[in-house]
Amino acid sequence: MIEVKNLCKHYGDKKAVNDISFEVHDGEILGFLGPNGAGKSTTMNMITGYISSTSGKAVINGVDIMENPKKAKSYIGYLPEIPPIYADMTVIGYLNFVYDLKKCKLPRSKHLQDVCDLVKITDVKDRIIKNLSKGYKQRVGIAQALINNPPVLILDEPTVGLDPKQIIEIRSLIKRLGKNHTVILSSHILSEIQAVCDRIVIINKGTLAADGTADDLANSMSNDHKMIAQIEGPREAVYKAVRAIPDVVSVVADMQRGENIYDYEIEAKPGVDIRKPLNKVIMDKGWYLLMLQPNMLTLEDVFLKIITGEHEMKHALSEQNEKNVADIVDAARKTDAAAEELRTVLEGIEKEKKAKAAAEAEASESEKAEENAEGGETEEKGDAE
Amino acid sequence: MGAIFRREMGAFFSSAIAYIFLGVFFEIAGFFFVNSTLAYGTTDLSGTFGSVFLFLIFLIPLMTMKLFSEEKRQKTEQGLLTAPVTITEIVLGKYFAALALYTIGISIFLVFALIIEFFGGVVWATVLSNYVALFFLGAAFIAVSLFVSTLTENQIISAILGFLSLLILYLMDSIAGAIKIEFIANILKTLSFYSRYNEFVTGLFNLSSVLFFVSVAVVFNFLSVRVFEKRRWS
Repeated sequence: MIEVKNLCKHYGDKKAVNDISFEVHDGEILGFLGPNGAGKSTTMNMITGYISSTSGKAVINGVDIMENPKKAKSYIGYLPEIPPIYADMTVIGYLNFVYDLKKCKLPRSKHLQDVCDLVKITDVKDRIIKNLSKGYKQRVGIAQALINNPPVLILDEPTVGLDPKQIIEIRSLIKRLGKNHTVILSSHILSEIQAVCDRIVIINKGTLAADGTADDLANSMSNDHKMIAQIEGPREAVYKAVRAIPDVVSVVADMQRGENIYDYEIEAKPGVDIRKPLNKVIMDKGWYLLMLQPNMLTLEDVFLKIITGEHEMKHALSEQNEKNVADIVDAARKTDAAAEELRTVLEGIEKEKKAKAAAEAEASESEKAEENAEGGETEEKGDAE
Repeated sequence: MGAIFRREMGAFFSSAIAYIFLGVFFEIAGFFFVNSTLAYGTTDLSGTFGSVFLFLIFLIPLMTMKLFSEEKRQKTEQGLLTAPVTITEIVLGKYFAALALYTIGISIFLVFALIIEFFGGVVWATVLSNYVALFFLGAAFIAVSLFVSTLTENQIISAILGFLSLLILYLMDSIAGAIKIEFIANILKTLSFYSRYNEFVTGLFNLSSVLFFVSVAVVFNFLSVRVFEKRRWS
C-alpha cells in the first residue's frame, strides 16, 4: 500500500531525513515513533507530497507521489501536525470546502454527516472553528482527513491537546479506521503506539532505528536471556551454586531484599532454559526461590535504548569486553607457554647440573678409589716390606 | 480550483475585507464621479476612469494581502498542498476570487454610466473600452500583489510590499524620464502601466495594451506557482 524507499531530505548540510525505507501493508496501522526533531513530520510531509524529497521515493497504492502527485494525493487523508483548518469558517462550511477540494463523489450531506458522527463533532458543526476548543479543532482536522474515504490515512500526532477521555476515544476511532484503512500514525507517546499499532517504526536523527512489532523490538533488544531471581540463602554459597549450573554465563547479586534474601541477575546462554536446574539447585541446598521473572524490556526501555544509542554502545562494549577477554586469555596462554618453556629450560639446566654433579661425584669417587688403590698398594708395599 | 475560488469569496464576505474594499472603492469612485463628471455637467466619464488608477495601488494590495500570507501563517496551505489539486489550481483559484471581487467593485462605473444615460447620451463604446481597460489593469495588478503575498507570512508586510511594487509600476514613466540611457528608458516606457491605461481613458482602444496586461497577469501567476514549487524543493 505504502512503499517508502531510501527517502532523504537534506537542508544544506543538515540531513533531516537520511535514507529511510519501510513498507506499510494493506489494513495495517503503523506507528511512527521518534523523539522531537527526529524527522517524523518531515518524512510524513514527503510521503504526502507537501515537500519534495532530496532523493528516494514514496509510492502510495502503486502511484509515485513525485511522478503523479494529484492521483497519489487522492489516496491520502492527511492530518498534519497543525490541523489545516480555517479559523473563520464554520465546521460544516469547512468540511464542505474540503469535500469540494478533494472532488469527492460520495453523496454530500450523508457523507459529511457520517464523518461528523464518526469523530463526534455533529453538535458543533455550525460553530465557527476559532471558537472551538483545541480538542474539537483536532477532531475537525481528523474529519477533514476522512473526507472522501481515502484508503490511506496519515495522522501526525493526532491526540495532541486532547483530554484523556478524548484520547481514548480517538485511539479507538483509529483502531476502527485501521480495519478498512491503511494508517500511519506518528507519536512520541509510547503507550499510544503500543495500544493502537500493529507495527512500529522508530526513527532517530533522521535515520531508521528499528522496524517491527512491539514484541519483536522488545525481544531483539532485551539482552536477552536474563532473568531476575530472588533467592533466600547465604549469598556467597548461592552465587557459587548458581554459577556452577551449566550454561549459566553470569550471575550478579544485585540487591538485598531482606536478611539473606538477594535479587540475582542470572544470564544464561541464548536459547537455554535454566529455570529447572536453577530450581533444583535451590531445592537441593534447602534454600528458597521467592521470585523468578524474565528481564523483559518494555517499549519504553527499547525506545530509550535506541534513542540514546545505549543498545549499540552496550553492543560495542560487550564486543570490546569479549575482545579484552580473548586478549587476556591469549596473553595467559602465551605466559603459560613461556612458563612451560622456561620450566623445560630450567629442568634441562637442572638435569645438566645434576648430571654434572653426578659426573663430578663419580670422578671424585674414582679418584678416591684410585687414591685408595694407590694407598692400598703402598700399604701393600708397606705390608710387604 | 472551484472549491478554492468559492472559499476565498466566502472568506472575503465573511470577513471585513470585501466590505472595506467595496466601500472605499465606491466612495472614491463616487467622489471622482461627482467632482470630475457631474460637477462639469458632462456625460464624459473619462475623468473618473482616469483618477481611479492611483487608488487601485492602495486598494488592491489590501484585497490580496492575506490570500497566501495567511495560509502560510496558519499552516492551512499544508491542507491545500496535500489535497489532490495542482499548485496552479490553487493559485488561480485565489487569483480569480480576487479578480471577481475587483470586478464587483469596478462595476460601479457601469452604474455611473447608466445614471448619466438617464440624463443624457453616453458614448457607450468609450465607456466599455475604459471598463475593459480598468478590468485588465486590475487583473495585472492583482497578479503582482498576489505574487508578493506568496513571499511573506505577514499580512502587513505583504500589503506594504504590494503597495510599493504597484507604486513602482505607477511611477515607471517618471523613472524612465530620470534615466539618461535612452535604451533603458525606452524599455521602461514600454512597461509603463499608466501611459497604456491613459490611452484607453483618452478613447483609444489598444489591443496590444490589453495583451500587455494579460501577459503581466500570466507571468506573475506563473511566478506565484514557482514560489510554491521552490518552497517544496528547498
